[in-house]
Amino acid sequence: MSDTVRLQSLSTFPQLLMHHARARPNHPATREKYLGIWQTWSWSQVAEEVRAMASGLAEIGFKRGDNLAIIGDNRPHLYWAMCAAQCLGGVPVPLYQDAVAAEMVFVLQDAGIKFAIVEDQEQVDKLLENMAECPNLQHILYDDPRGLRHYNQPFLHGLDEVQEMGRIHNRNHPEFIDGEIALGRPGDVSVMLYTSGTTGKPKGVCQTQASFIEAARIGCEFDKLGPDDNILSYLPMAWVGDHLFSFAQATYAGFTINCPESGDTVMTDMREIGPSFYFSPPRVFENLLTQVMIRMEDAGALKRNMFHYFMEVARRCGAEILDGKPVSRGDRLLYALGTLLVYGPLRNVLGMSRIRVAYTAGAAIGPDLFRFYRSIGINLKQLYGSTETCAAVCLQPDGQIKFDTVGPPAPGVEVKIADDGEVLVRGQVMLKEYYKRPEDTAEVIDDQGYFHTGDAGFFDEDGHLKIIDRAKDVGKLAGGAMYAPNYIENKLKFFSHIKEAVAFGDRKDEVCAFINIDMGAVGNWAERRNIAYSGYTDLALKPEVCELIRECVEKANADLAHDAMLSASQVHRFLILHKELDPDDDELTRTRKVRRGFIAEKYAVLIDALYSGKTSQFIETEVKFEDGRKGKVSADLRIMEAKTFPPRAATKAA
Amino acid sequence: MDEGRKIGEVILDLKNISLRFGGVNALTDISFDVRQHEIRAIIGPNGAGKSSMLNVINGVYRPQEGEIVYLGKHRHDMDTYEAAKSGIARTFQNIALFKGMTVLDNIMTGRNLKMKSNFLLDALYWGPAQREEIAHRRKVEEIIDFLEIQHIRKTPVGRLPYGLQKRVELARALAAEPSILLLDEPMAGMNVEEKQDMCRFILDVNDQLGTTIVLIEHDMGVVMDISDRVVVLDYGRKIADGTPDEVRSNQDVIDAYLGVAH
Repeated sequence: MSDTVRLQSLSTFPQLLMHHARARPNHPATREKYLGIWQTWSWSQVAEEVRAMASGLAEIGFKRGDNLAIIGDNRPHLYWAMCAAQCLGGVPVPLYQDAVAAEMVFVLQDAGIKFAIVEDQEQVDKLLENMAECPNLQHILYDDPRGLRHYNQPFLHGLDEVQEMGRIHNRNHPEFIDGEIALGRPGDVSVMLYTSGTTGKPKGVCQTQASFIEAARIGCEFDKLGPDDNILSYLPMAWVGDHLFSFAQATYAGFTINCPESGDTVMTDMREIGPSFYFSPPRVFENLLTQVMIRMEDAGALKRNMFHYFMEVARRCGAEILDGKPVSRGDRLLYALGTLLVYGPLRNVLGMSRIRVAYTAGAAIGPDLFRFYRSIGINLKQLYGSTETCAAVCLQPDGQIKFDTVGPPAPGVEVKIADDGEVLVRGQVMLKEYYKRPEDTAEVIDDQGYFHTGDAGFFDEDGHLKIIDRAKDVGKLAGGAMYAPNYIENKLKFFSHIKEAVAFGDRKDEVCAFINIDMGAVGNWAERRNIAYSGYTDLALKPEVCELIRECVEKANADLAHDAMLSASQVHRFLILHKELDPDDDELTRTRKVRRGFIAEKYAVLIDALYSGKTSQFIETEVKFEDGRKGKVSADLRIMEAKTFPPRAATKAA
Repeated sequence: MDEGRKIGEVILDLKNISLRFGGVNALTDISFDVRQHEIRAIIGPNGAGKSSMLNVINGVYRPQEGEIVYLGKHRHDMDTYEAAKSGIARTFQNIALFKGMTVLDNIMTGRNLKMKSNFLLDALYWGPAQREEIAHRRKVEEIIDFLEIQHIRKTPVGRLPYGLQKRVELARALAAEPSILLLDEPMAGMNVEEKQDMCRFILDVNDQLGTTIVLIEHDMGVVMDISDRVVVLDYGRKIADGTPDEVRSNQDVIDAYLGVAH
C-alpha cells in the first residue's frame, strides 16, 4: 500500500521509472523476442538504457521543449526513447510506422521535428526521401543498423553510438540526468499523439504528464494492475491505446511489456507469453473469431459438432457465469465440461489462458462478438475514450458488463450529455491543447472546460453510457426516423463474411450500403463449394457470393427490426465493392475507420446507381500501392435488393 | 551504393570448360572468372547451358575438358562433397527442400557439414552435443532474422507458398556460411513484390555477409540492376562477358535474345 502512496507523489514518467529501478531493480520491465528467444530487461537495466539515451540525445543537441519523432514497430528501444525524451523535458511524437512518406511529412512539418528515432532502413529511407520538405530535421537515429552500413550522411547515427556517447557523458557528469529529471513538472507536455484524421488533416494532441499519469492511475486501480501483470505490446505506438497501456500504465504500475518478434508472429508470441492483460481494437477480436470459425469449418465432424454444441451452452450461460449471476446446476455442469473440452483449449489457442482483464476500444464492438469472448470465459470489457481524453472516460466494472454500453464514467472523470446528444467530458485526463492550433482547441473545449467528444450517446437507467455513433454522422431519414450509419455497419460487420460496410441514408428514403467481403472467410467458403476465383474482384462479383451476402444483410435487417428507434434503417439495397477499402487510398484511416464522406464522393456513381434502382453499374477506380505506384481496377457491379421486415415494436410501417 | 564493398582477387577461375552428354555439346570451351565479393550473373536463352555451368562449378557434372582453379588450387573437376566443404553452397531451379520438415529443421540441415560431435556424443546429448546444438541453432536463428521468416519458423515447408520456399532454400544455403553462393534462378515464378524482396536479400547477403554470388536469372531488369559482371551463354558458348552496360550494348547478345533477321 505504501507503494501506492509513493506512486502518487511522483509527477512524471521518468520519475516513476527511476522509482521502479530502485524499488524493484530485478523485476522484468521489458521483453523482446530476438533470434527466437525472449530477451528480458529489468527495471534497473531499462533505467540505465534510458539514462544513456537521454544523455546521448542531449549531447547531440536535443533540448527542453524539442519534439522527438519516433517511428517504427513496437521495439523496446523506441519505448525507452519516449522516456528518454521526457527525461530532458522534450516531447515524444510517435508516428504510424506504415504511413506513406507523404503522410509522415505532414506530421514532421507540423510538429517542427528536429530529431527522429526510427526503427530501421525502411523508415530511414522514407525520411531521407523527404529531407528537402523537412528543413528542420537535423538528426536521424536508427535502432537496427541492417542495410545502413553505406549510408554516410553526417546526420544519421546509430542509436547505440548515441547511447555510448551518453554513457560516457553520464560517467563524467553523474548528476546531469537526475538534475534534468527533477526539473520535470506535472504540467509538462508528456506526449503528442496525432489524431487519426477521420475528419481532415491530423491534429497533434498535447497531453501532459499529469493527464496520462491520471489516466494510468485510474486504469491500474480500477482493474488492480500490479507489477506482476504482463501485456503484449503490438499495436501501433502512435495510437493512444498503446501509449496508455504499454507506456503509461506499465510505467505507472511497473508491469512487464512484451514486444513481439514481428507483426506476423503476434499470435505465436502471444501464446508463448500468455499475457494477463490484453488490449485490442474490435477488429483484432473479429479477425481472431473469423480464423477460429474458418478452422472449425475445416475440422472433422466430431470436433465441429462438439464445438457448436458447447458454444450453444456458452451462449446460454457463459457470460452469466463470468459475471457471477445465478445459473442452473445443469448448465453449470455442462459449462464445466465445455471448459475442459472446448473453451479452455480455445483460450489456449488464442493465447488468452491467463487473461485477467481484456479491453476493447477504438470502435463499437458488435454485441455478438463481445458475447462470444465473454461466454468462453475471457473477461473482455469495453472502455470509452479518445486521443483527447487519454482513452480513459468510461470503463466497465467487473460484474456489471452490458453488451451495448461502455460503462459508467471512470472515477474522477465527469461526463455530461449535451442537449443535442453529444457526449461532453471534463477532468484531469483531458488534452492540454491541439499543437499550434488555438482555434481548433477553442472549438472542442467550451468555456466551462468541457471537452466535446463529437460522439452521440446517452446514459441508460443504470448510469452506463451508451454510444450510438459520431454526432455528426447521426442523421435522419427522409421519413424522420433516426439514422446512425455506424450502428448499421457494425451489425453487418459482425458476419464473418463481411469485412467492411459503409451505409448511406442521411436525408434519403431508404438505407443502402457498400460491402467489402472478407477475403479469408469468403475465399474459404468458395473453395469448399468449388467456386474458382482469381482474386478479390473476381470473388466479389460471383453471383453465389452476392447471394451469400444478401442472406447476411437480411439477417441484419431482421435484427434491426427489433429496435424501435432504428427499424427504419434496414438496408434496402446493397452492392459488393470491387476493391478492398484501403488506408493507402485514403478510404480508411490508419486505425481503419471508414471515411464515409470521402467514400461517398469517390464512389458517387455507385450511390446514384443504388438509389436509381439500376441492376448493375460499371466502375473503374485507381489504386495506390505503398511505394507510390498506381494501378486501375474496374468491374461491372451487381446491385442487390435485400428483404426488409416490418418493425416488431408498434411504430409506423416502414 | 556499394562504395564500401571491395571486390577482391579472383577466387574461382574456369578455364576452357567443355562438357558433353553423348553427342550433345552442353558447354564448349568456356572460360570466365569470379572475383571475391562480386555478384556475377550468368544469363542466356533456354538451353544455353547456364545450369550445366553451375553444376560444373559445384561438381555435379564433370567436364571432359578444362581446368578449374578454386582458391589457388588447380584441378580438372570438382567433387560435390569437397565443393560444399570448401565453401560453395547453392540453391536449385526446382526447389529441393524436405517438404515435410519445418523451416527451422530444413535450415538446420544446412549446418550439417559444420557439425563436429559424433553420434555417440549426440546420443548422450548433454555436454558437447548440446553446446554445439545451441551454437548451431543460434546461427540458424540469425539467418531466420536476416531473411525475415520468423513467422514460419515452425511451419512445414510443403505448406508454404512458392516465394517463401525459395527464401527458405536461400536460408539453408546461407546456413553453410558459404564463401561462394550459387543461385539457380532465385526469382523464377515470383511476383514483382517477391522479386524486389529477393533482390534486397541477395544484395544484403553480398554486402553484409561478404558472400560472393554467382546467379542465373532470366529477369533482365534484375540482372542488370544487381550484378557487377555478367557472362552471356548461347548454345553452350560464351558470347559476351563484362559489366551490365557492356553486355547490354553487345550486338551478339542482342541477336541471341531478340533473334536475327534471316
